[in-house]
Amino acid sequence: MTTYNTNQFKTGLKVMLDGSPCAIVENEFVKPGKGQAFNRVKIRNLKTGRVIERTFKSGDTLEGADVVDREMQYLYSDGEYWHFMDAASFEQLSASETTMADARQWLKGQESCVVTLWNGEPLSVAPPNFVILEITETDPGIRGDTATGGTKPATLETGAVVKVPLFVEVHELIKIDTRTGAYVARAKE
Amino acid sequence: MISSARPSLETAWKPGASWEVLRLRAELLARIRAFFAARFVLEVETPVLSRAGITDPQLLSLSTRLQLPGAAASQVLYLQTSPEFAMKRLLASGSGPIYQIARVFRDGESGRLHNPEFTLIEWYQPDHDHHALMDEAESLVADLIDLGPCQRMSYAEAFLTHAGFDPHREEPCKLALHAERLGLHLGGNGMHDPNIYLDLILSHAVAPRIKEGEPCFIYDYPISQAALARIRDDDPPVAERFELFVDGIELASGYHELADPIEQRRRFQADLERRRRLGAPEIPMDERLLDALARGLPACAGCALGFDRLVMLAAGVRDIQDVLAFPVIVA
Repeated sequence: MTTYNTNQFKTGLKVMLDGSPCAIVENEFVKPGKGQAFNRVKIRNLKTGRVIERTFKSGDTLEGADVVDREMQYLYSDGEYWHFMDAASFEQLSASETTMADARQWLKGQESCVVTLWNGEPLSVAPPNFVILEITETDPGIRGDTATGGTKPATLETGAVVKVPLFVEVHELIKIDTRTGAYVARAKE
Repeated sequence: MISSARPSLETAWKPGASWEVLRLRAELLARIRAFFAARFVLEVETPVLSRAGITDPQLLSLSTRLQLPGAAASQVLYLQTSPEFAMKRLLASGSGPIYQIARVFRDGESGRLHNPEFTLIEWYQPDHDHHALMDEAESLVADLIDLGPCQRMSYAEAFLTHAGFDPHREEPCKLALHAERLGLHLGGNGMHDPNIYLDLILSHAVAPRIKEGEPCFIYDYPISQAALARIRDDDPPVAERFELFVDGIELASGYHELADPIEQRRRFQADLERRRRLGAPEIPMDERLLDALARGLPACAGCALGFDRLVMLAAGVRDIQDVLAFPVIVA
């Protein structure tokens, strides 16, 4: 496996830290005028999503992690595993509930997702940035109330619960930003 | 994001800094010259290129080759990491107080606060010690940016206040534990030199905490970090150095200058020994500086101030790229 020294550190680099695959989120060169140079690194554990801070002395090395992102189509869930297919090679693989994490609440089928693989195994799944889903349950809408800015909870067809404006009705389609879980707009289809 | 977005190929010809900032640079340079002129400090210029370099293992010199007409072979010349040695040769020859606006070069240094090529304001005042020069540095900086009154703390006080231990007396084997306690996790393997932990704690824990307060001079460093400063035989002995931190940024560094040629040669040799152990490049020590010290360097203190960082503070920007006409990536 490749090793990277501090000079090669940059945002997005995938490395092994304490036995876990990680991605460098932020890398800052810190050096006292007369003293040791350091790289202060924010690093995301790709298994847990946790971001930690580590400091490396210039010249230290980390082993690279065999992590690749692959665009795959979500097929279905059998309740235990979520199944994905590479639209070009038709190769399929499955991700556990832990791997899916929050991604599962936005998927109903056919969506194109980014599956991150570590040594060939799914590590995490990123849903599309925006999804359109139907509201299956919410309090009755207050017609024309587009001004007060109030919100109410709405349950979506996938089971996710999001905050929506008061004027939105049950069975309407809405667009959600999956990165924040925020309502964006009403959608046609 | 830490650093500014990289310019695209189409816009890479344009300056990194705005014209507003570039005009501010020019104005600050004019005010620095006026400050020193009013104090009868002479502006000097010394060569960027030198046969000798800096032996400090933490400073890496860039080098080039010079072919003189008629010479059998070309020779290696080092780009200065600071104008210190040449300016001390001027002091030893009777210059009196001098300053220089110097372009300096440090290999391997690039980041939010670092460009490999940058500008130092460096000056020397005969008959000053480091405390007297801190007074002058404070006056200079207060003339240039909106600077509140500066605190002064010894290195020991700064560590006791912001890191909770005495840096001069703590056992070296405990330093790693103090770093961990302060939330500083040093990656990599093996045991580290105690100075690495002191540098880590100063730059990552002490300096950022100073940020919350006023600008601050830290002075009297451990003798293991004496660099080119005099050592005062206190209990414990300390190196008569200072650094000025403003908003957590190390803005200036000064010494009550070492004038003893024998001690200076011993430190050069110790540096070269450490370089060999670290596998850092060999570099010739500056014999002409040692000759000058042997002839007699007047008792003096000197200070180097990072001009680009000063412009950052004056302009209120976070990245050194925003104060340089052409940062190294588009140079």
